[in-house]
Amino acid sequence: MDFWNVGFLVLLCAASVFSIGAVELGRHQPTERISGSAGDVLEDDPVGRLKVFVYELPSKYNKKILQKDPRCLTHMFAAEIFMHRFLLSSPVRTLNPEEADWFYTPVYTTCDLTPNGLPLPFKSPRMMRSAIQLISSNWPYWNRTEGADHFFVTPHDFGACFHYQEEKAIERGILPLLRRATLVQTFGQRNHVCLKEGSITIPPYAPPQKMHAHLIPDKTPRSIFVYFRGLFYDVGNDPEGGYYARGARAAVWENFKNNPLFDISTEHPTTYYEDMQRAVFCLCPLGWAPWSPRLVEAVIFGCIPVIIADDIVLPFADAIPWEEIGVFVDEKDVPQLDTILTSIPPEVILRKQRLLANPSMKQAMLFPQPAQPGDAFHQVLNGLARKLPHDRSVFLKPGEKVLNWTAGPVGDLKPW
Amino acid sequence: MTSLPKSTDDNFDNPSLTKGTSPSQQVDGGLFKRVKVQKMKLSALQQSYLTRRANSFRGSAQLDSSGDSAVKSPAAIFWLAIHGVCCLISLVLGFRFSRLVFFFLFSANLYTAPFRAGGGADVASPLDVSVPANRTAASRVVVGRHGIRIRPWPHPDPVEVMKAHRIMERVQREQRALFGVKNPRTVIAVTPTYVRTFQMLHLTGVMHALMLVPYDLVWIVVEAGGVTNETASIIAKSGLRTIHVGFSQRMPNSWEARHKLESRMRLHALRIVSKEKLDGVVVFADDSNMHSMEFFDEAQNVKWVGAVSVGILLHSEESSGMEEDGVSVPVQGPACNATDKLVGWHTFNSLRYTGRSAVYVDDRAPVLPRKLEWSGFVLNSRLVWKDVDGKPEWVRDLDALDGVDEDIESPLSLFKTSSVVEPLGNCGRQVLLWWLRVEARTDSKFPSRWIIDPPLDITIPSKRTPWPDAPPELPSNEKVLIGTQDQTNKPSTRTKTPRSRRNRSKRKHDTKVIGVQVSTNSEQN
Repeated sequence: MDFWNVGFLVLLCAASVFSIGAVELGRHQPTERISGSAGDVLEDDPVGRLKVFVYELPSKYNKKILQKDPRCLTHMFAAEIFMHRFLLSSPVRTLNPEEADWFYTPVYTTCDLTPNGLPLPFKSPRMMRSAIQLISSNWPYWNRTEGADHFFVTPHDFGACFHYQEEKAIERGILPLLRRATLVQTFGQRNHVCLKEGSITIPPYAPPQKMHAHLIPDKTPRSIFVYFRGLFYDVGNDPEGGYYARGARAAVWENFKNNPLFDISTEHPTTYYEDMQRAVFCLCPLGWAPWSPRLVEAVIFGCIPVIIADDIVLPFADAIPWEEIGVFVDEKDVPQLDTILTSIPPEVILRKQRLLANPSMKQAMLFPQPAQPGDAFHQVLNGLARKLPHDRSVFLKPGEKVLNWTAGPVGDLKPW
Repeated sequence: MTSLPKSTDDNFDNPSLTKGTSPSQQVDGGLFKRVKVQKMKLSALQQSYLTRRANSFRGSAQLDSSGDSAVKSPAAIFWLAIHGVCCLISLVLGFRFSRLVFFFLFSANLYTAPFRAGGGADVASPLDVSVPANRTAASRVVVGRHGIRIRPWPHPDPVEVMKAHRIMERVQREQRALFGVKNPRTVIAVTPTYVRTFQMLHLTGVMHALMLVPYDLVWIVVEAGGVTNETASIIAKSGLRTIHVGFSQRMPNSWEARHKLESRMRLHALRIVSKEKLDGVVVFADDSNMHSMEFFDEAQNVKWVGAVSVGILLHSEESSGMEEDGVSVPVQGPACNATDKLVGWHTFNSLRYTGRSAVYVDDRAPVLPRKLEWSGFVLNSRLVWKDVDGKPEWVRDLDALDGVDEDIESPLSLFKTSSVVEPLGNCGRQVLLWWLRVEARTDSKFPSRWIIDPPLDITIPSKRTPWPDAPPELPSNEKVLIGTQDQTNKPSTRTKTPRSRRNRSKRKHDTKVIGVQVSTNSEQN
């Protein structure tokens, strides 16, 4: 009988050890595992699950543009450049296009900058078109599927609609030649022309070293309730308000400028990153486009993001359960923002903070150089891997044509 | 999310609905008073018209703007002509009437018509994007101008502010639990004190600091001259767990002797710790010191003995003497080398003050600290326990110091070697508490418990005043004798005086009257 007692004890111990799986206590802060609608996929390793072929384009499409303006490496659209560099040296790259599942075209469409640093999208459609013409004439793979197994990184304001103004972007729609390709873009809004079915939403680029250089000790108490720094009225383009951010940012200002719980202003302090780490909630309202780097900063600094953008699609939405992590507020509910935030039960807030503290969550929002496991590059590859195997409709019968090469505004058809 | 290179003279002052859905952002009756949306709806016609106007302003930015048609078409000229006519009419009328016209023309089509009304050939397929079937019904986000919603009373609601603070408190508590000290130990604060004018001031300071300490606390107050109600009433307000003991000797008048007595009082407290087997961290919170909260957090990190840096604030008379020295505030505490190892001590250099320092409590000269103050040391309470194993061998037995003429200047005498002391506060780089000694004149008087007992309704100054430097004769009335007798026979505490009497008597209050009362009620210093 002693044997059975001992055995029972051993089983009991084992059971208790395994049940502590949900919460890791080893590190400083207990975190929770993050599993989105696609399952617990943040830490998947894409190597071995897909193969990517990188087209060799003449350097006028990528290197020369970058040489002309190296600011492209630090602005929030830098993901396209870093994605190219990552893929060139990644184990998923294959030099044999016959065995590739996905094809990548390195064309930097968001690198034509104004003196202020803002990208001009006017030549981008022609650049993209020219690149596609090149790859379709030099390699047979585009025509095989009309681009359905190709992916492009289009991190501009409204993705492949290539315009900074929403009305014009909607008018243009997604570039006709990209109608079948997978787009990796920062823009995401449900039921919007510029978000194609099957696109992969990525976070905007935020410099990881800069953010990590401003970390403060974890035990600094979070004493700011709501924090926001940025414009409320875009005085240059929309002085009266109402267009910028659909009036949401202006509403935040008008309703809460007198509220001591809301630390909001247009100043840009040097302690911006440190202040975010001392705040419980960080507002991430839309601007001219619904996405913003604030989301990335909030996640890195453990501040719960309050997302004020109707119908927005957040990065890696199938891998990260954003409703459990952030607070979503409709634009029409902005005047009641303080009521909404104070009525969240503390346990929910603590749980959100635990989810945010998960290192894989923070890693998934970053584009570190060199790439690290679990970062945004790998999440993109994971997303591409989840779309495999390709549907049969992807491959066209020889001679079948789906895309209309002459569609779109006349100006787009001119050569680049 | 980029700001657009638009020009500043855009006239986007008309709202636009680009989709046929009934938008939720329309004015919602009484709820929003200051919604800035204009009530006009535009047709695609005007929309495109404005777009074209804006396009023409955008000049250089739009080099290759997508095929907006050339201005040469007849329709364009027609519109130009209409525009000119409208301008002239507006000039005459004095206001822009075009909006009115369009409103009345198209008010029937407000919500239903897709915006094809009056299209000219140049209305380059505008919001034809309007209706792919899978989108209209589902999309609730409308492009264009929206109102800025402002609620009727855009000011903080106190109830919500309280809720927010509670949330923050909870978050901070969680942070402390996660990142702060694990397994916090009880803080045992030892304070020697005695009754004097400045006692209330000093003790209240210490008391408030101790009340803020987020860990369990035991406050051992050792009082010279025996336990008194005065001190007891002060520390009772703290709500902390206190051990109030008396020490039979009275506090002497010279600083030298005072320091000695305080050391003995502290040892007495340590004996209590040993007897009661209090477990925790012993800090010496002298009643005139000022502590920072980080001091108590650092104290939790001590293993056996720790030392922190103490800032010495000297009440010095001449400020000119200070400029010779680079450091204006001397600091006492552990000295570390570059590898954070204890190599020595920063002590107080009293040479500069020889002959100029205070000897008696009420001297108006700088009061000097000892070489190393007790308050800069933190002990693990188990060091003073008897008969407990695990005690390091370098600690002397507390009882062995009993009876010997203890001139224990600093806790270092309790240990055989001083190299075992752990430097705290980032190896002594952080000054965590400040030492200063300020006391009133020995003969200064203060109202008992700092309650000014009001006199009787009839306040009559006495014929003689006890103050030696006041004029001896006072204006007197017939009722002098009765008054003074009543005064002297008054019971010592009158707690239930109604406010009105106090107000009335305030008018007649002068120092002499107070003097009379005080002399009967206060404790002699």
